[in-house]
Amino acid sequence: MTDIPMNTMVRVAAHPRRDIGLKARYAAERRFRIYGMLAISVGLAFLAIMLITIVTKGYTAFWQTTVSLPISFDEKVIDPSNKRATDPTVLIKANYPKLAEKALIAKLGINPDDKPSILKLKGFLSEGARVQLRNIVAADPSVIGTTRDVNILAAANLDSAFKGQIDLGVEEARRKVSDQQIAWMNKLRADGAMAEHFNTGLFSYGASSRPETSGMGVAIIGSFYMMVIVLLLALPIGVAASIYLEEFAKKNRFTDLIEVNINNLAAVPSIVFGLLGLAVFINFLGMPRSAAFVGGLVLTLMTLPTIIIATRAALAAVPPSIRAAALGLGASKMQMVFQHILPLAAPGILTGTIIGLARALGETAPLLLIGMVAFVADYPKTPFDPATALPVQIYMWANEAERAFVERMSGAIIILLVFLMAMNITAIVLRRRFERRW
Amino acid sequence: MSSMLVLAIVVAIGLVAFLIGRQRAAAQDNGTVKPHSRAHYHGWWAFLLAVLPALLLLAVWTIGSSFYLDRHIHAALPERTADSKVASEALDVSLVKSLAKGLHQLDANTLAALPATFAELQPLLAAKGVALATDTQDYMIPIAVEANAVQSRLGMIGAVLAFALSIAGAFYALRQIAPRARARNNVERLMLWGLLAASTIAILTTVGIVLSMLFQTIQFFESVSPMSFFFGTVWDPRFAAAGSGGSQGQFGLIPLLAGTLYIALIALLVAVPVGLMSAVYMAEYASPRVRSVVKPALELLAGIPTIVYGIFAVVTLGPFLRDLSAALTGGSPFIQGQSIFTAGLVMGVMLIPVVSSLSDDIITAVPRAMRDGSLGLGATRSETIKRVILPAALPGIVGAILLTASRAIGETMIVVLAAGVAANLTINPFEAMTTITVKIVNQLTGDLEFNSPQTLVAFALGLTLFALTLVMNIVALYIVRKYREQYE
Repeated sequence: MTDIPMNTMVRVAAHPRRDIGLKARYAAERRFRIYGMLAISVGLAFLAIMLITIVTKGYTAFWQTTVSLPISFDEKVIDPSNKRATDPTVLIKANYPKLAEKALIAKLGINPDDKPSILKLKGFLSEGARVQLRNIVAADPSVIGTTRDVNILAAANLDSAFKGQIDLGVEEARRKVSDQQIAWMNKLRADGAMAEHFNTGLFSYGASSRPETSGMGVAIIGSFYMMVIVLLLALPIGVAASIYLEEFAKKNRFTDLIEVNINNLAAVPSIVFGLLGLAVFINFLGMPRSAAFVGGLVLTLMTLPTIIIATRAALAAVPPSIRAAALGLGASKMQMVFQHILPLAAPGILTGTIIGLARALGETAPLLLIGMVAFVADYPKTPFDPATALPVQIYMWANEAERAFVERMSGAIIILLVFLMAMNITAIVLRRRFERRW
Repeated sequence: MSSMLVLAIVVAIGLVAFLIGRQRAAAQDNGTVKPHSRAHYHGWWAFLLAVLPALLLLAVWTIGSSFYLDRHIHAALPERTADSKVASEALDVSLVKSLAKGLHQLDANTLAALPATFAELQPLLAAKGVALATDTQDYMIPIAVEANAVQSRLGMIGAVLAFALSIAGAFYALRQIAPRARARNNVERLMLWGLLAASTIAILTTVGIVLSMLFQTIQFFESVSPMSFFFGTVWDPRFAAAGSGGSQGQFGLIPLLAGTLYIALIALLVAVPVGLMSAVYMAEYASPRVRSVVKPALELLAGIPTIVYGIFAVVTLGPFLRDLSAALTGGSPFIQGQSIFTAGLVMGVMLIPVVSSLSDDIITAVPRAMRDGSLGLGATRSETIKRVILPAALPGIVGAILLTASRAIGETMIVVLAAGVAANLTINPFEAMTTITVKIVNQLTGDLEFNSPQTLVAFALGLTLFALTLVMNIVALYIVRKYREQYE
């Protein structure tokens, strides 16, 4: 617009726009937005850092170094006085580590009379070799007198060294593995006799004072028992309670009391449930300590409010027209609920149940109080036997000083998180697939 | 007869009653009279009448007979004299009971020729894997045998009574079957009672929590005065060796409460701004695509068990902060490996999703009209949020913060691992302090006798914690509920 006269422009300039601080306001708007993004990134960054540190610390736990040795099951070592036919305890008490040591000496080509070198072999193989070889002989005594290749577990320190986790720059006296052992290790590695294998022991062993023979077998079984108990108790009771409150209860003082109770129980610290379990189930009712059954009961009480709240939401979401239609066709109220409302609410109930179970699976504090912090080496045969649980096992390993235990602990956390993730994803998928929008 | 077998037989009677009842009801339907209930309701009614009263009787009988057995053993025990070898009468009874339990493991031949002294009996029991206290006395053996006989006799009578009741119930129900009999209403009434019973479990749990802790707490206050517990500034429970009286220890709540509140405060200082800002951003700014990625990620953060946070704090973050502070001062670290700051920081991160999901609900509940009005008057989005939405949502947000604070106070695993166990009173956030929950865990892990103040104090602490969180929860729930009604 070139033809605007000069004087008009001057006039406009003479009446400047009121300064309403638009610039500052827009800057504030931008800042506010950035704060929001920052806040979200803080949360997500923390999540990422935490997962990355755990995975980098823990993934090596899924591999375990073993030494493949031709073990000759020498009768002179196992049963020197030849009494095993009459006294079966001979096979249990035999000096199995000696067999492994002999095989290792032969493999490394050390002179059997070179006592100083043999002394340095101490702590190369795991003490778990005793159990490993004993189990082979116990399963098949005819193996005595023959030679067989066996993968013997390496000791925890050698395992760490093999995985390159021990700083060899540190002077020898301050390391847990000697230079000689490293040299032997490299020799065996070059032979292919020493190698990493997938660590099945992490899933099958019970508690042990040696990292290489400790695993989560007992914890997995204990957690499994508890989840089954929680599912069997909390689901029916929770659904029944929700049905009563949502469909039958009249609005009165008593119903109000129940509702306040449920909402409050959902927010009670979990450790209080542990105190309840200790005082009522163990002390008053005399149930066994450390048992998965008691743990299951405590977790049931803890999970109930979650399930009830989810179930009530699912029941309330079923439209009244379904109820009216069922009643109109002559169904009784009970028939309406069980034959029409409940099937329609089932996906929501299931989702809530899975989320509740996932929370129960990760819960630690109440289990500490009912004595599940226990050194349990044998698999629990029933829920009444002593057991541990996945998070409790993690807690116990966290209190161990050795490096190899920290590795196992991080591995255990990965497994726990995978379980939880699987449950949560199942819940989300269920919700997406089956949830109906009315 | 074992109680499981009795139970199974009662249920079996019920199932038979169900089948007969259903069949009879179906047979009566000859098309002349319209039946009131369908055949299977008659069957279920027969089942319930056969099983429920019998189960009730069994429960009462089991409790009653255990009381009777106790009194029986009491009466059979010799008079207590000054030179009794066993410390107390209660211990006497419990020794007899465990002996009686152990005798169940022996086979009939051994039982027939039972040795008269405990010294001879012990190896027999040990061979069966039964370990008994060494102060079991010889005179207890006949009492235990007698107790076992009484017990099995009582069990037998109970079982027979239960079977009789079960069969009687079944017959009664089966006789009632008629085309116009209201079996469905009967069954449904019982179902309704079942539903009601399930919903009272919540009340029972609360009552159980309060009562169990109250009893132990009262017992605790018999040896330690409430004044020195609630207002004491020194925590030094001193695990006294058994039997050495006098060394009582001090149980001051103040250092623990201070630590709890301090850590919760730091956690809230982290969680509330971050959580609230993320909620605002998610509700007001984020595009649906960002929302669909970030929301599940934050939920994931909420789904991680607290022990994982605790381990992260103690294994990674604590040493990192310590080394960082050492590098900053160029020498000694001013942040300790376990500190209030580390624990509070990690707990704050754990609470971010809690704050953000609670406030998200509250922010989205503010009516659209208020938002549009403000925007229409020319306010920018951030001004709308700051001056309209947040003030409108304020009561709800306060409720959310209260709920979060109660979570922070009751949180256990993070502080057990990251906050330390020393009961200090300090204002330096970089030192270690301890909390109520840490001490509950400390006092109760391991094998402990159940009546020393060292153990009982955990229940007093638990009751304090419960009362604290209860008040916060109720106030918070009240505020949130009130707020929701405002805009509905």
